[in-house]
Amino acid sequence: MTFFLEQLIIGLSSGGIYAIMALALVMIYKSTGHVNLAQGEMAVFSTFIAWSLVQMGVPIWPAIFLTMAVSFVGAIVLERVVVRPFAEADDLVIVAVFVGLFLGIHSLAGAIWKYEVKPFPSAFSDGSVNLMQDLSIRIHTLGSLATTGAVLAATWFFFRYTRLGLALRAAADNHESSRLVGINVSFMLALGWGLAAGIGAVAGVMIAPVTFLDPGMGLAPLIFALAGALLGGITSPFGAALGGLIVGVLEAMISAYVPYGIEFRELIALMLILSVLLVRPAGLFGEIVTRRV
Amino acid sequence: MLKSTTALVMGLTLASGAMAADYDKGASDEEIKFGAIVPLSGPASAYGSVGSCISAYFDMVNDKGGINGRKISVSVQDDGYNPAKMLEHARRLVEREGVLFIAGNVGTPTNSAIHRYMNQRKVPHLFLTTGASKWDDPENYPWTMGYIPSYAAEGRIYAKYIKENMPDAKIGILYQNDDFGRDYMDAFIDQLGDESMVVSKVSYDTSAATVDSQLSTLKESGADVFFNVSSPKFAAQAIRRAGEIGWEPEQFLVSVSNARSAVLEPAGLEQSTGIISTQYLKEPTNPAYANDPDMLAWREFKENYFPKASEGNWWDWSCYTTSYTLEHVLTQAGDELTRENLMKVAASLEGFEAPMLLPGITVNTSADDFAPIEAMSLMKFDGTNWVLFGDVIAVD
Amino acid sequence: MAMHDLDMTHVNPETRKLTKSGLPLARLGYGGAALALVAATGVLEGYELFLASSILSYAIAAMGLNVLMGYNGQISLGHGAFFAIGAYGAAICIDRFAVPFALTPIIAGVVGMGAGWLIGKPALKLEGVYLALATFGLAIATPTVLRSDLFSEWTGGVQGLFLLINPAPEWTGLDLDQSIYVAVVLYFLIFAFVTLRLVRGLNGKAWIATRDNPIAARAMGFDVTRAKTRAFVFSVLACSVGGALSAVAVQFVAPDSFPFFLSISLFTAVVVGGLCSPLVGPLLGASFIVMVPNLTEEIWQGGSWAVYGAFIIVIMAIQPRGLAGMLAWVRAKVTATSNND
Repeated sequence: MTFFLEQLIIGLSSGGIYAIMALALVMIYKSTGHVNLAQGEMAVFSTFIAWSLVQMGVPIWPAIFLTMAVSFVGAIVLERVVVRPFAEADDLVIVAVFVGLFLGIHSLAGAIWKYEVKPFPSAFSDGSVNLMQDLSIRIHTLGSLATTGAVLAATWFFFRYTRLGLALRAAADNHESSRLVGINVSFMLALGWGLAAGIGAVAGVMIAPVTFLDPGMGLAPLIFALAGALLGGITSPFGAALGGLIVGVLEAMISAYVPYGIEFRELIALMLILSVLLVRPAGLFGEIVTRRV
Repeated sequence: MLKSTTALVMGLTLASGAMAADYDKGASDEEIKFGAIVPLSGPASAYGSVGSCISAYFDMVNDKGGINGRKISVSVQDDGYNPAKMLEHARRLVEREGVLFIAGNVGTPTNSAIHRYMNQRKVPHLFLTTGASKWDDPENYPWTMGYIPSYAAEGRIYAKYIKENMPDAKIGILYQNDDFGRDYMDAFIDQLGDESMVVSKVSYDTSAATVDSQLSTLKESGADVFFNVSSPKFAAQAIRRAGEIGWEPEQFLVSVSNARSAVLEPAGLEQSTGIISTQYLKEPTNPAYANDPDMLAWREFKENYFPKASEGNWWDWSCYTTSYTLEHVLTQAGDELTRENLMKVAASLEGFEAPMLLPGITVNTSADDFAPIEAMSLMKFDGTNWVLFGDVIAVD
Repeated sequence: MAMHDLDMTHVNPETRKLTKSGLPLARLGYGGAALALVAATGVLEGYELFLASSILSYAIAAMGLNVLMGYNGQISLGHGAFFAIGAYGAAICIDRFAVPFALTPIIAGVVGMGAGWLIGKPALKLEGVYLALATFGLAIATPTVLRSDLFSEWTGGVQGLFLLINPAPEWTGLDLDQSIYVAVVLYFLIFAFVTLRLVRGLNGKAWIATRDNPIAARAMGFDVTRAKTRAFVFSVLACSVGGALSAVAVQFVAPDSFPFFLSISLFTAVVVGGLCSPLVGPLLGASFIVMVPNLTEEIWQGGSWAVYGAFIIVIMAIQPRGLAGMLAWVRAKVTATSNND
C-alpha cells in the first residue's frame, strides 16, 4: 500500500509539472491556433535566466517573477521578429519554424550555460512532510501542485471573464470578424506568445528543482505535457491540466507495475491516450470543432 | 618484389639516420594533423568538452614550439553522438583531409561504428574516451586502443569488495539502459558469481525526467546495498531520492559520476556521505591535491588555454591526462611519423607517469595489452571530500 | 543535379499545359540525370561515394515522406522509427540469414510496410497535431525499444549489430563503396520513377483532393481513408528502404543511430527541400540534413544547432516551398532573361 501511495505521489509530482506545461500549450493554442514544439525549450531557457538571477544573489521569488516578465517580453519579441512573417503560411511550414526554434533555443541555452547539470533551488522548501510511516511528500511537490492550481484558476478566469482573454480567443478563432469588431489581432497573437512563455517559465522553475537544470530538461515534460493536453482537450485549461496529472500518474504506475514498463512507458502511455482520442477526438474536455466545407 | 623494395627503402632511411624523416599521410616536416570526433550537439553534449580540451592542449603545445619542431593541427568534429555521423566524419578526416590518426573520440556506439573501418584502413584509432572492454583487442583490432580503465574492470572491483566485506549483502542496482550501464552491471554480476545476491535491478532511459519511481522499487526490494550505475544527472537524482524516501543502503557509485561539484553537491553532501567509488585520477576539486605539481600545471593550462573548463566535470579535465600521453607518444615517435610506428610507440608505454594519475598508477601497454590504464583505487566520501582507502587495485 | 521538376504543377494547375508539351525534353533530362548518377560510380572515390550513398538513402526516405506530408497534407514527426525498422531489418537479414546486401531493402521494405499498416490503421484516424503527437511519441520511444531485452537476441540490444557486407562479384570490377553506391542509386531510380508515377496518377489526385478538402474529395468519389492509408504506407515503405540502405552504407546499426532527432531531420529534409517537389525537393533536403550540420559546426562550434535552426527559419521565410522553390525561381529568372535576349 505504501508502495502504491508512493508511486501515486511520484505521479502527481511529475503530473503537476506536465500540467503547468500543458497550460502553456493551451495558452498558445487558444490564442494562435498552433501547438508550439519549442515551448519546452523556451521554458528551459527561462529557467536558466532564473538560475542566473539566483546566482547573482536575487532571492528565488523575485527571481521567478523577474524571469516571468523577461520571458513574457522575450516571447513577444520572438513572435514579432521570427514567427510573424509566417502568419499566413501552411501548417507544415509553421511546424518547420517551430522545429527551427526548438533546435535554436536548445543549442543557445547549451552554448551559454553549458551542459553540466546544475542544482536549482525550490521556490518552497527542500524538505519533505511525513504523511505516515515510510511515506513522505516533498514540500516542493505540494507547492508545485498548488502552483498548478493557481495557474489553472488564473488561465480559466482570464479566458472566461476578462475582456483581453475574450479578445484573445476571438482573435484566434476568426481573424476577420475580430478585426471587424475592433480587436487588434496582431497584438493578440504576440500577447498569446508572451503569456504562454510566462506560464512556461513557471513550469521550468517547478521542474528544475526535481530533475536538476540542464539544456535537455525540457524534452520529457514537453512530450508528456502535449500528451496530457491532447488527452484532456487542448482548448480547455481544466482538461489540459487534468490530462497532465493523469499522464504523470499513468507514467509512474506503468513504470512500477507493468513488466518492461520502464522501457515502454512512453509507448504504453501514448497508446492509451490515442485510444481515448479515437473515441473522443477532441479530448476528454475539449470543444468539438465543427469544420466548414 | 614490392615488399623487398619497401624494406630496402626503410633500410636506407634507417641508414641515413636522423636526417631523413619517414611520413605517412598527415605528417610532414612542418605539421602533424589528427582528428578528434566528439558530441558537441545532441543528447551527449556534456561529453563534448573532451574535444575542446584536446584542441586547447595542443594549442599550448604549439605555443611551446610544437613537437620535434612540428606544429600540431587538431580537427575537432561534432558527431552529435550519432554512429552514422561518426563514420562520415572519420571517413572525411582520413580520406579527404588526410589526418595521420584519430584520437580521443567519445562514446561506445559511435566508436563501434568506425572500429572496423579504422582497422581496415590501418589508421590509428587511439586513446578513446569510452570504457568499453572491446577496445583492448590487439589481435583482431591492432589499430584501436582505449585509454581509461574499462567499465567492466571497475564493476569487478565493487563486486570483489562487496563479496569480501559484506557477504550477506542484498544488492539493488540502478543502471542506465545502454552499453555503459550494461558493461558495468554484467561484469559486476559475473564477478559476484552468485546472482541471487542481486535482489533487484532496475533500468532507466536517458530520456526520462527522473528516476524517482525506480528508487521506490529498489527500496521496496529490501536491498541494503545500492549499486548506482548512472550518468551524472541521474546519479545525483538517485542519491538525493534515496535520502528523501528514507532508504539507507551502503552506496556504490560508478567513477564516471563521482564528481563532487557536478553530482554530490546537487545530491546533497550529507546524503552523499559514506558513498564508495573508485578513482584513478586526482580530481581538481579535492583540496588534498591543491598544491600538487600536476594540479598547478593543470591550472596554468586551464587559465591560459581552456578557461571555460569546469573542474567538476570529469570530461573537462580527465582528457588533460589523455592529451599529455598523446603528446608523449608523438614525441617518442620522433621523425618516424608513420601510422605503424605510432601504434608501436603507443603499444610500448612502460610505467609512463602521466600527470593527474594517482600515486602508484601508471600507463602501461604492450603488443598484447592495449588497455593503457589498468589500476584504480577505492575511495569513500567523508562528507566534504573523497578519501582514498586500501591499496591501488590492479584490474585486468 | 539537373533533374527537371515538373510537379509544382499540382500546386499550380495553370502551368500544367506548359509542362505537358515539354515532356519529351523532361524525359531526356531525367534520363541524363539517371545516367550521371550511375556514371558517378567511376568518378567519385571512397568517402564521396559513401556520402552520396547516405544522401540518396535519406532522399529515398524523404521522397516517401513528401508524399505523405506534401501531397497528402499529414504531419509526421516520427518517420525515423520506420527508418530504424528498415535499418534493423537489413541488419538482421545480413546478420542472421546472410542475405546479399542488395536484396535487404526489399525485405526491410516489406517488414516496414507491415509495421506501417499496423500503426497507420489506428493512427490515421487522427489528424493534424494529433497525428504529429502520435508519431513524435513513436520517434522518442524508438531508441528505448531497440535497447530492450525483449528483442535483444535479434537486435543486438544496446550493442547494436555489425553488417558484414560483401562487394559485388569480382567480374563487375566494383569495390565495396562502389557496390553499395550502385545499389543505392538503383533503388533511388526505382523510387524516383514510382513516386513520379504515383503523384501524377490517380493516387496523386486523390491525395491532393484529400489534403485540400476531404469532404469535397469524398463527394467527388475519392475514398479518403484509402488515400490516406496509401500515402502513409508508401511513406513507410520509402523510409524503411532508405533506412536499410543507410544501414548498409554505414555497416552498423545501434539504438543511438535512431534518436528522435533523426525524425526531426527527415521532417526538415522534406519541408526545407520543398513540399510537393517529388524529386528535387527530397534530394536537396537530404543534402541539407547531411551537409549543413557540418557547415554550421564550422560557423559556431558548440552552438551549431542554433545556426542550423536559424537556417531552417530563414529558408522558410524566403521561400515556403523550400530549396526546390528557390531553384525553380532561379530557373524561371534565367529562362526569362534568356528569352529576352
